[in-house]
Amino acid sequence: MFKLFKYFKWYHWLFILLIAFLVYGQVQMDLLLPEYMGKIILLINQATVTGISQTSAILNEGGMMLLITLGSITSTVIASLIAARLGTRLAVTVRHALFGHIQTFSAAEMNKFSTPSLITRSTNDIQQVQMAIIMMLRMLITAPIMAFSGIRKITSINLTMSLVVVGGVVAILVLITTIFILVGPKFARIQKQTDDVNQVTRETLTGIRVVRAHHAEKTQETKFEHVNNELTKTQLFVNKAFAVMNPGMNLIMNGLNLALITVGAVLIGNNLLGSNPIEGLSLQIQFTSYAMVILIAFMILIMLFIFLPRAWVSARRINEVLQTQSSIQEGRVNDVEDELHIAFKNVSFRYPNADEDVLKNVSFEAKKGDMLAFIGSTGSGKSTIILLLLRFYDVTQGEILINGINIKEYSFDALYQMMGYVPQKGTLFRGDIQTNLSLGQKDVDEERMIKALSIAQIKSLVDESEAGLHRTIDQGGANVSGGQKQRLSIARALVKRPRILIFDDSFSALDYRTDRELRKALKPTMKEALTVIIGQRIGTIMDADHIIVLDQGEVVGQGTHHELVLACKPYQDIAFAQLSKEELGYV
Amino acid sequence: MSKHEQQSEPNLKPTVRPMQGPMGRMGIGEKPKSMKKALKQLLSYIKPYRTMFFTMIGFAMLSAALAIVGPKLLGNITTEIQKGIAYNPLAGTFELSINYTAIFQIVYLLIALYSLSLLFNVTQGVLVSNMTQKISKQLRTDLFSKMERLPLKYFDQHPHGDTLSRMTNDIDTIGQALNSSVSTLFSSITLVIGVLIMMFTISGWLTLVALVTLPLTSLIMGIIMKKARGFFRKQQQTLGQLNGHIEENYTHQQVIKTYRAEQEMMVTFDKHNKDLYQTSWKSQFISGLMMPLTTFVGNLSYVAISVVGGILAAGGSLMLGDIQSMLMYVRTFSQPLGNIAQSLTMTQTALAASERVFEFLNEKEMEIEEETKKIDQIKGHIIFEHVRFGYDENKEIIHDFNANIKAGQKVAIVGPTGAGKTTLVNLLMRFYELNSGSIKIDGIPTTSLTRHQVHELFGMVLQDTWLFQGTIRENLKYGNPDASDEAMIEAAKAANIHHFIKSLPFGYDMVLDENASLSQGQKQLLTIARAMVANAPMLILDEATSSVDVRTELLIQEAMDNLMKGRTTFVIAHRLSTIKNADIIFVLRDGNIVETGNHQALLEQKGFYADLYYSQFEEREVS
Repeated sequence: MFKLFKYFKWYHWLFILLIAFLVYGQVQMDLLLPEYMGKIILLINQATVTGISQTSAILNEGGMMLLITLGSITSTVIASLIAARLGTRLAVTVRHALFGHIQTFSAAEMNKFSTPSLITRSTNDIQQVQMAIIMMLRMLITAPIMAFSGIRKITSINLTMSLVVVGGVVAILVLITTIFILVGPKFARIQKQTDDVNQVTRETLTGIRVVRAHHAEKTQETKFEHVNNELTKTQLFVNKAFAVMNPGMNLIMNGLNLALITVGAVLIGNNLLGSNPIEGLSLQIQFTSYAMVILIAFMILIMLFIFLPRAWVSARRINEVLQTQSSIQEGRVNDVEDELHIAFKNVSFRYPNADEDVLKNVSFEAKKGDMLAFIGSTGSGKSTIILLLLRFYDVTQGEILINGINIKEYSFDALYQMMGYVPQKGTLFRGDIQTNLSLGQKDVDEERMIKALSIAQIKSLVDESEAGLHRTIDQGGANVSGGQKQRLSIARALVKRPRILIFDDSFSALDYRTDRELRKALKPTMKEALTVIIGQRIGTIMDADHIIVLDQGEVVGQGTHHELVLACKPYQDIAFAQLSKEELGYV
Repeated sequence: MSKHEQQSEPNLKPTVRPMQGPMGRMGIGEKPKSMKKALKQLLSYIKPYRTMFFTMIGFAMLSAALAIVGPKLLGNITTEIQKGIAYNPLAGTFELSINYTAIFQIVYLLIALYSLSLLFNVTQGVLVSNMTQKISKQLRTDLFSKMERLPLKYFDQHPHGDTLSRMTNDIDTIGQALNSSVSTLFSSITLVIGVLIMMFTISGWLTLVALVTLPLTSLIMGIIMKKARGFFRKQQQTLGQLNGHIEENYTHQQVIKTYRAEQEMMVTFDKHNKDLYQTSWKSQFISGLMMPLTTFVGNLSYVAISVVGGILAAGGSLMLGDIQSMLMYVRTFSQPLGNIAQSLTMTQTALAASERVFEFLNEKEMEIEEETKKIDQIKGHIIFEHVRFGYDENKEIIHDFNANIKAGQKVAIVGPTGAGKTTLVNLLMRFYELNSGSIKIDGIPTTSLTRHQVHELFGMVLQDTWLFQGTIRENLKYGNPDASDEAMIEAAKAANIHHFIKSLPFGYDMVLDENASLSQGQKQLLTIARAMVANAPMLILDEATSSVDVRTELLIQEAMDNLMKGRTTFVIAHRLSTIKNADIIFVLRDGNIVETGNHQALLEQKGFYADLYYSQFEEREVS
């Protein structure tokens, strides 16, 4: 947690100091109130003894009390304001730093943490930290000041009665700690058991057809009863523990009050409190007020110690990300020659922490105008080739050259300016069609976008809507179909006019005719670039100039479709299985 | 947005809750549509525990009543002390004659009162926990069994998340409210009334002074609550936008990288982040003010009582102990008032939640059927007679469909994506009822059988390979728990999965859950084996084997062929060989069955099927 404090600038620390100062003032003022009450008691006595009205004196004291109250609330409000702003400011700064840092991550780091985990760290964990910081700025500063000031007051009044307060504080600490030791672990269990209830419910919902078809309602019900029972049991335990806590705290507070007043009575009777019995009475009344302040301060402290560790975990998770550096370092070459030639030379690749290579000794070359295709079953390593070409990972052995220069030498700008990458799943961002097409580009004219759309066979989407290019796209492209997403992603790559076009199985969601039309329309563009295609369907890759067949990370065949169909056994296997599968209806 | 525009928006998902945001979960501001109805139904769940319920309320009130006397008696001790002090003006000294017997009597009485109060309070708390948990559990059980009695139509129209959130979040909200607000409400009311009475017995004037601050408290609270609600809502909104942006970015980071769009994304991020800062610090600040302001009002009363009480006491009409009691009462007074307000809001939220739960529980169920016909030795001869069907009564998608499928024949179902291939499954399995016409199995209309009987006649292998959490054995015997282990192993062998199962850590007893890393293909083989164990005379099969490698695909095809042997089969076909060899092909388009016949006949018809078939042929020639 404290590591995150480095995101506070020097003047933020001044503000924290100011909070401490304000809180100190507020606590002192709050503690003055009982003292004035004590003075009023003495005035009352004076009135009864002397018979002279003390009304104006009492009103004077009252006026002071009012001023103190106003002063106290003013400093509290200002302190709260600063704390809220500081806490949120820190959260905003850390969030920005975290987001920026994660943007630099390569695929290796993304996989190490997993995307969902990174999302949680950037959202929930930061919220947790923000809450904790505000809590700390307020309470962690207030409680000790309250406790110390209170203790100073009571010890200066009477030590015997102070011991009674110690007893009260110990009692309440023991009560709360015991209950949280008992209940704490159960919270995690409740979470787990709620998940179980959810799991059985979800399982039954998604499989409702199967459940009904197999008449297995009873089986599911039995399972549900089980998880339901478990959850109920734990919840019951936790609730019962809490049913004891509140009344227990009440009892301790009331008991403390009673004990203080009783002990006070005895002390007054023996002339041991104050210089005279009336002063004793006045001190006793003040004392109970201070005792409550101390008790509350300790309650706040222990609550903080129970709740803050959760935020500590969050802070640690955030730091973990911030301290991880990207394994990919940017190169310095900024210029790329006009000609284009890529070469894989004896490339091997192994995922971090894996036992075996996914790519073994792969070599090939291609130049501008070529269409290069990769085919193979799942796990053959064909997608890995693209990951390496895009430098999401660096090769383990061998090298990848573009125009004779190792891709590690290129700056990211130079490298990615060449690439037009279309991922397997159409990827759209919240915004509109235009912002999606011009992603990462400046000044893209409309004509270029329309042309790309028509090559990608998706111009109709723009034509049929009045908004045209400004037709909105929801988060993740939720308002367009899978096929449309894929075609828009293709159009985006075309808008960029890349020198290397990369299609990672990017035609899979298209129906047969569209697939064909699209590839026909692409031909002129492909002459001007180097095209890399990864395909599952033989039909998609059949016309490539150069097909590379991969099996378990190794190249088992290279050549054109006609050469491979005659001579390459693994290629024949795939082709055979697919040709009989060529479908009438598309999935 | 004008009213007109709002109406022109088609109501796509009628059950999507209008205000179902995080706010509902946060427990502020959500109101039930009909308070009375929701309350009535919730009370019917409390009814079995009414003795417990009333005992608990009684105890809560008793406990509060006992605690009320405390400050007054504590004040009496001080008064006793004060009485025992006499000032001797001549000597200028104090003479003490404190009545300790009286004081200790009060002390013992207080100890007894506090202990009793604790006892009642704890008993009450335990009773509430018991009742609440029983009711929550009952609600969950009822919800789950309701799930199984609802027609499939309901689940096809409502997102699963909707049902899930009723099961967990809503019931949780109800539980929490029952657990804390009911007893708090009653004990707080008791406290408020009791404290008022006690204060009046001490001093009418002082009570009036104390009450002056009351409207001030409610005013401040009201303003803050309203402000806080607004800020929280805005904060949730901006947070949602920011989280959405983060999610999108991390998921698609590779694309962003290759387009060098990091800066662009950062600009949007910073905009959302800045918005969040504005709403966030305000809501944090406002909600953080709640406590200090309550203290402030408490302090104001403290000052007022001290001053006015001081003046009265100086005049001799009030004892010091009285002031002390008053001060304590004033402190306790504002707390129950806040509690009452809070429990009322909680109750409101809980009623809104229970409204959603009961909405689900009140959904129309499937009719209960009596088994009137015994079926044995079904051969699998299926006749479709003038079948008409539409998911929406008014929008018929299958018009007067007829077909005659002899026992053992294969029916291939073909058509483009979204043509409604699952509709046929729905009708055959009687997941949905026909609008008119009938489907007969061996001459018996399916409507004269129970749904269960119909289901038993079909084995089913769908594309989404549904396996549940449990051992492989349980999964395989799912539809036929009485099957022998031999039969199960036989089926697994025929489905080409036996060897794989044997290679797993616990073989057939391995538990399948999220951690079990089975490939899609292996899952598919397991569902095929399951259908074999079920051994039904007819079969519904989806051939689609997406994202499966070539070798597994061959295994699956072989397993499916084994499964089809000797069974009347409906295949959602993807393989050309299946289609060519089918006895009958159903060609689907836009939900309707547009053509039927075998491959040759359909080609000669030169209709939609021929078009589909040739478009593929054409492609081959091009390449």
